[in-house]
Amino acid sequence: MKMSIREAINQTLHQEMERDERVIVLGEDVASDQGGVYGITDGLPAKFGLHRVIDTPITESAIVGAAGGAALTGLRPVAELMFVDFLGVCLDQILNQIAKFRYMFGGQARTPVVIRTMIGAGTGTGPQHSQILYPLLAAIPGIKVVTPANAADAKGLLTTAIRDDDPVIFCEHKALYMDECEVPEGEYLLPFGQARTAVEGSDITIVGMSRTAVIAEEAATQLAQKGISAEVIDLRTLSPLDEGSVLESLTKTGRLVVVDESNPFCSMASEIAGLAVERGFDTLDAPVKRVTSPHTPVPATPCLEANYVPSVERVMAAIEETLSY
Amino acid sequence: MDISPEKLADAYRLMKTIREFEERMRSEYQQGKLPGFIHIYRNQEAIAVAACLDMTNEDYIASTHRGHGHCIAKGCEIEAMLLELACKEDGLCNGKGGSMHIADMSKGMLGANAIVGGGPPIAAGAALTAKTLGNGAVSMAFIGDGASDQGTVAESLNLAVVLQLPMIFMYENNRYAEFTKSPKPDGRIAERAGAFGMPAEVVDGSDFFAMYDACQRAIMRGREGGGPTAIEAVCNRYYGHFEGDAQAYRNQAELDAERAVSDPLPRFLADPRAAALTEEKIAEINAAILEEIDRGFEVTYAAADPTPDKLYTDVYIHYEGRLQ
Repeated sequence: MKMSIREAINQTLHQEMERDERVIVLGEDVASDQGGVYGITDGLPAKFGLHRVIDTPITESAIVGAAGGAALTGLRPVAELMFVDFLGVCLDQILNQIAKFRYMFGGQARTPVVIRTMIGAGTGTGPQHSQILYPLLAAIPGIKVVTPANAADAKGLLTTAIRDDDPVIFCEHKALYMDECEVPEGEYLLPFGQARTAVEGSDITIVGMSRTAVIAEEAATQLAQKGISAEVIDLRTLSPLDEGSVLESLTKTGRLVVVDESNPFCSMASEIAGLAVERGFDTLDAPVKRVTSPHTPVPATPCLEANYVPSVERVMAAIEETLSY
Repeated sequence: MDISPEKLADAYRLMKTIREFEERMRSEYQQGKLPGFIHIYRNQEAIAVAACLDMTNEDYIASTHRGHGHCIAKGCEIEAMLLELACKEDGLCNGKGGSMHIADMSKGMLGANAIVGGGPPIAAGAALTAKTLGNGAVSMAFIGDGASDQGTVAESLNLAVVLQLPMIFMYENNRYAEFTKSPKPDGRIAERAGAFGMPAEVVDGSDFFAMYDACQRAIMRGREGGGPTAIEAVCNRYYGHFEGDAQAYRNQAELDAERAVSDPLPRFLADPRAAALTEEKIAEINAAILEEIDRGFEVTYAAADPTPDKLYTDVYIHYEGRLQ
C-alpha cells in the first residue's frame, strides 16, 4: 500500500501499541486532537487511552529522562522530542543517563526506549528548529541512531526500534514526511546496521542518509541520463553503521561522494570519508568528496536556506569533479 | 507511629552499617586502597534508612553522588558494594560504575548519579512505570540542597504533579552545595516543592523517628494514588564534599557544634521508642556488622580486576557495529 512517511510512522505506532501494552507514547501535544505538529500520533489516544498516550508539559529533560526511567523499570516508551534542536535542553538525560545505564551498571540495565525526533532544514523554521545533529548522537556509545529516507524504511526501522532493548534515537526528516512509497502491509521489521542500495551502479558511489539519500537518488537519475552509472547507498542507520556496504560498493566504483545535511566538521560525511580512506584506500581512484551543509547555523530566510542544504546541483558538481579526477 | 521490634532492629542495623562501612572505607581510601572519588554520608544515615525501611525491591530509588547510604538502606549487599567501590570484576556493576554510578536493579536501586540533579527525571520515569502498571510501587529521588536548584529537579516536580506520579522527592538539605554554604534558609526547598502543588514538609533529618513517620505517610500516599510528596530532611554534612576535601571554607567551631547535635545514632538509641532494642541486641548487631565489613574487605582485596575484554562488553545488548 502506498503511504507517506507520516502515515507509516503513525501506522507503526498503532501496530506496536496494539501488540505490546508496555509500549507507551509520551511527549508534547502527542494526545492533542491533531496528533502533534505533523499528526504523527493521530488516533492513538482514542484507541489506547490517555494513560498510554501521555501529553506532557513542555519539559524535555523530564520527558526524555522519565522515558529512560520508565524503560529501565519495564515499560517500552516512545518519547517524542519534538525537534532535535531541543537536545540542547535535555542532552544530559541522553548522554549521561540513558546511553550509559547498561555499561555503567555492568550489564544489569535494559533500556528499551525510543526517542522520536524531527530533524532537518528546508521548511524555513530557522536556526533552532532545523538542525540535523545526528552526528553528535551517533558519536555517543550506548545509543543507536536511525535515519529513514522513505516510508517503508520508516515503518520497518521504527518497528525494530520499538522492539529493540537498547535506546534508539529515531530521526524523522520533516521535509520528507509527505513523501510516499509502497509500504509492506502488516508486521514489517528491518534490521539495524544494514544500508539500502537505493540504486545500483558501477561508475561512482553516492552515500546519503535521511533526506540526502533522496537527493543522491535524484542525482543518480540525472547521471543516468548522461550515461553515468551511479550507485546510491542509503545508510538507514548511523549507529550501528553498515561500513561493509560502503566499502563493497567502492570495490565496484572506486569513487565516492558522501552527501550529508550535517555541518561539515565531525559530520557523517567525515566519518564515511575516513572509513573509505582508512579501510578502502586501495579501491579509491579519486579523492573522496563530501557535500554537506556549511559551518553555519541554518538561516530562516528561504533564499539562504536553499543554499544551506546540499542540493542536487552541488552533488552533481562534486560528482563531476570526482569523475574527472 | 508504629514500628515493629524487627523494623526497629533493622533501622539500627542499617544506620550503623552505613556508619561503619563508610568509616572503614574512608580509612582505606586515605591509604590509597580505593580508586576514584568517594562522598561520605555520615550523619545523614537516618534519612536513607527511614526512607527505605518500608520499601520493597519493587519500589525504586534514584540516588546521588553521595549514595552509599542509599544503597545499604535499599538492601544492596555489603560485599558486592565493596567489590564495586574497589572496581572489581564481581562488583555490582562489574567495576564499571564505581562509587558514583553504583546500582542494583534487583533491589530497585536505579543508580548513584555523578550528575547533580540527574536522578529525579529517572525516578519520575520509574514512578510512571508504577502508575502505568498500577502495581502500587513508589519511586523516590534523593536530592541534595545543591541539586534542588537544577532545572531537572523543577521539571520532575512539575511532571510528578501533572501526572500525579507515586513519587517522593527526598531532599537532603545538608546545607552545603559542594564548597558553598547554602544561602537558602531551612524550609525554603520544601516551600518551593510545595508550590508545585504537592504536600511538602520539613523534617529533622537527624531524627529517625520523625523521618520514618514522614516517609511512611509519603509512601502510603504514593501507593494509594495520592500523587507525589516532598520531604526536606534538614541535616549537616559531617565531612567534606568528597573525601580529601580539607573544608577550608568551613568554620571549625561551627562544624564542631553541628557535628555534636546532628548524629542520628545516639539520638535514635536515646529515644524511648527504641527501648525495645536491648544493649545485648545492639552489641550483637554491632559485632555482626563489623564482621560483615571485615569479610567484605577481605574478599574485595583478593578479588580480580575486570579482564581487558570487559572494556567492550555491555555497551549495548546487541550491536551490529564496531566498538573499536
